Amino acid sequence: MNRKHIQKARRTAGPAVATEHLPGAAELRRIADRILRLSDADETEVWMDAGADALTRFANNTIHQNLAEKFLTISVRTVFDGRTARATTNKTDEDSLRHVLAASAALARSQPRNPDLLSMPGPQKYPKVSRYFEETAAATPHDRACVVSGIVNQCAKAGQTAAGTFSTGAVRSILANSRGLFAGYQQTKAEFSITVMGGAGSGWAKENSPSITELWPERTAARARAKCSASAQASELPPGRYTVILEPAAALDLLGFLSYDFSATAVADQRSCFNKRLGRKIFGSNITLWDDVCHPLQLGVPYDGEGMPRRKVPLIDRGTPRNLVYSRAAAKKAGVKPTGHGMLLPNEWGETPVNLVFAGGKSSLEEMIAGSERAILVTRTWYIREVDPYEKIVTGMTRDGTFLIENGQFGGAIRNFRFNQSLLELLASVEAMGPAVRSTGEESFDMVIPAMRVKNFRFTEVTKF
Amino acid sequence: MESLAQWALDTAALRGASYADVRVMDIRQRDLTTKNGHVGSCSESESLGLGIRAIVNGSWGFASTDRLTRKGVESCAAEAVAIARASSLAKTKNVELAPEEAHVDAWQTPFVKDPFRISLERQIALLLAADAEMRKVKGVTLAETMMQFRRIEQFFASTAGSRIRQMKMQSGAGISATTFARNEIQKRSYPNSFGGQYTTQGYELVEAMDLVGNARRVAEESVALHAAAQCPEGERTLILEGSQLGLQIHESVGHPIELDRVLGMEANMAGTSFLTTDQLHRLQYGSEIVNVVADARLEHGPGLGTFGYDDEGVPAQCIPIITGGLFTGYLSDRETAPVIGLERSGGTVRCESWNRLPMIRMTNVSLLPGTWKLDDLIADTDDGILMETNRSWSIDDKRYHFQFSTEMAWEIKRGKKTRLLKNPSYSGITTEFWNSCDAICSREYWTLWGTPNCGKGQPMQGMGTGHGAAPARFRNVKIGAAFS
Repeated sequence: MNRKHIQKARRTAGPAVATEHLPGAAELRRIADRILRLSDADETEVWMDAGADALTRFANNTIHQNLAEKFLTISVRTVFDGRTARATTNKTDEDSLRHVLAASAALARSQPRNPDLLSMPGPQKYPKVSRYFEETAAATPHDRACVVSGIVNQCAKAGQTAAGTFSTGAVRSILANSRGLFAGYQQTKAEFSITVMGGAGSGWAKENSPSITELWPERTAARARAKCSASAQASELPPGRYTVILEPAAALDLLGFLSYDFSATAVADQRSCFNKRLGRKIFGSNITLWDDVCHPLQLGVPYDGEGMPRRKVPLIDRGTPRNLVYSRAAAKKAGVKPTGHGMLLPNEWGETPVNLVFAGGKSSLEEMIAGSERAILVTRTWYIREVDPYEKIVTGMTRDGTFLIENGQFGGAIRNFRFNQSLLELLASVEAMGPAVRSTGEESFDMVIPAMRVKNFRFTEVTKF
Repeated sequence: MESLAQWALDTAALRGASYADVRVMDIRQRDLTTKNGHVGSCSESESLGLGIRAIVNGSWGFASTDRLTRKGVESCAAEAVAIARASSLAKTKNVELAPEEAHVDAWQTPFVKDPFRISLERQIALLLAADAEMRKVKGVTLAETMMQFRRIEQFFASTAGSRIRQMKMQSGAGISATTFARNEIQKRSYPNSFGGQYTTQGYELVEAMDLVGNARRVAEESVALHAAAQCPEGERTLILEGSQLGLQIHESVGHPIELDRVLGMEANMAGTSFLTTDQLHRLQYGSEIVNVVADARLEHGPGLGTFGYDDEGVPAQCIPIITGGLFTGYLSDRETAPVIGLERSGGTVRCESWNRLPMIRMTNVSLLPGTWKLDDLIADTDDGILMETNRSWSIDDKRYHFQFSTEMAWEIKRGKKTRLLKNPSYSGITTEFWNSCDAICSREYWTLWGTPNCGKGQPMQGMGTGHGAAPARFRNVKIGAAFS
């Protein structure tokens, strides 16, 4: 969706996502500074998010829900003699700022003292990441509706039914504390998701980017439409172990369930699957994973819940889980440096990586298909839930485009399966990968991840439709 | 709140809305947790804002704001109208709403003890006491407790003349003990997993739970599971304890009956439903003893789905969903009710917050009690498995094929509970499962369970739903697929 598309689609000067109402960084800082001056706590921290999001939703080839919101969240943490708590409001008047401080103070004072509570960090240096695009922030309901209208009309002409979303949004965040730390970030995001249905078939595709000009909804819709057409008649295969080719989004939604297992706190709590496995080569040599907020295909704030800069952390190195992520508290206990992945305090969870980047391979999706004697191509994985936390068995369904590949050719659509699959076993069974791409799913956060061909993937039941 | 709502409605009407409604909501929430003897989360939040829906040219628009000045609210309403106009660019038919008379009323959750007036010291002390009690049991690696309280004060107004003020109070608490031993993680929770039990009551709910009194048992069961036998596989008779049955109802009855889902309006995200409209009053959903209602009225109980009016101003109702096994009703709203010939909405619309679009949500979708005593039911079962407390849940995008696992199970042989079983799971097809139900326990064993975080919609929003259930027995259920 390039600039020409946006200009062509903009017929009237409808309201934008209303970024004209989005408080600027200076205004946010002014509010934060006011709170810090009003506070009588030993230490005070203020996190603020101001945003505007809009989403055009369609189903049955109709825009049936279309919405916009503006929000401002002010979250205040206070510390009194080793006791800390948080209170949040969305009101900016003086009385409300005093009230949120008082609420945080009352919560903090009500607790036992925590001897392990660290002082807040001082000023930090942050990597420069720029992910704010005016054209995304300025997108209007009319812009989105025009795009959707064109796509649903095409589907209707082909006898297909489309459902999906086209959203745009902008957010500004700051974090400031009474020790002089100040961090700020702003970001826009545009996203398009579509499910196309026709007869017994369905297909799905999704894309997002901080810049609306990098989106190509028509092409994304065409992919979904093609899968729908190709899956109009599905045959049934029996459950069992198969080689699967997971498209990036399908792999993402599965492997996102591993993210918290890289938390130092989770390992210390003995609830991580990496407990007693760190440093052991348990995955294939082709598996390398790191967390990197600065990767050009990633999104998100470059600092954590305490304002520590997010560092690039190599998590898996050629098949060996090597490193964890650490909040300041977990790092102190372990005698290492914090990695900048801590959650907002206070919390019992510690930290988690949220900017996963997989090293890719050299096989394109087409090459993986062509090189498969017998495999199942999975477009989307769905309703994934953890069954066994230590063996990391997850269950879920395939959905919206599941195809048999035989002797390198499409062998037709097949009925969807339920899987019960260990993610540890999955990453030990990857035969081939494509280049890592920015991907987005529905069950986990966005990642940079390749398509993967995986052997011995466990399907336990087949659907009756 | 009234002035804000009136400014919004006036603006929407002036700008061409044929209908508009407004929700002003003030939401306060408190979250407390402990882990291994330390306070974890300790936070309170407050959020006040306004959301307005408008119909223009036969299409919907929605906008929300927390800038609650006259200018901010009028701007928001204008935005909703503009968005509705944009929506009409991709429209196949006009939105038509089932009629609903205007209501002017006020309603409140009838709680006894305001949890926000109970001292934080007392609440934290209770959690730490339960935490400590669990950690007295050797082998516990993680003791966790939590409490959550939520108060929603809201004002609804519509261009039809409704003016409804409501206050809803919600409380929840729970404990869990996790153990890591011999390369296995096991967990036991009370009164329910994933945060505990939730109702629309005050602090009296927490006091009645006796968290400290149940803590040691929970911890001991978690340890004991490591020595338990693996749950066997095969087709067996299954008895589900109430909280697990409540989630079964949620996933395999509550969601498929959402009429917006049936009509394709959730297809991109959660999917559709196998319950196509031609099956209403035709499909044998369950056995003859299966009776399910969706009841938002206070007389059903203080469930998370209990209210006075839904979020489009329709009074709480009881809708028969499954009657003597026959499928008899959907969850509907003013937009979908006319599609299936209903004269009135079923009153099931709710939104999580002022910034979320109101949509069809489960109310209290409950299996009505039967006649059995639990001991008699077990004694009547020759060879079966009794499963307790959910551990995982998953269902397909038509709500037909499901799989659940629970924290623990008991094998039943010749009418007696024999050995403890670990890693139990079961799977099935919705209608086959409910048609295999041959016994339901009586009201003595019936609890109105709360699911506090049912996710739906784009953007996603959470909602509390209630599910009344007593233990029940099902025949020929596939057991153990998850670990086979």
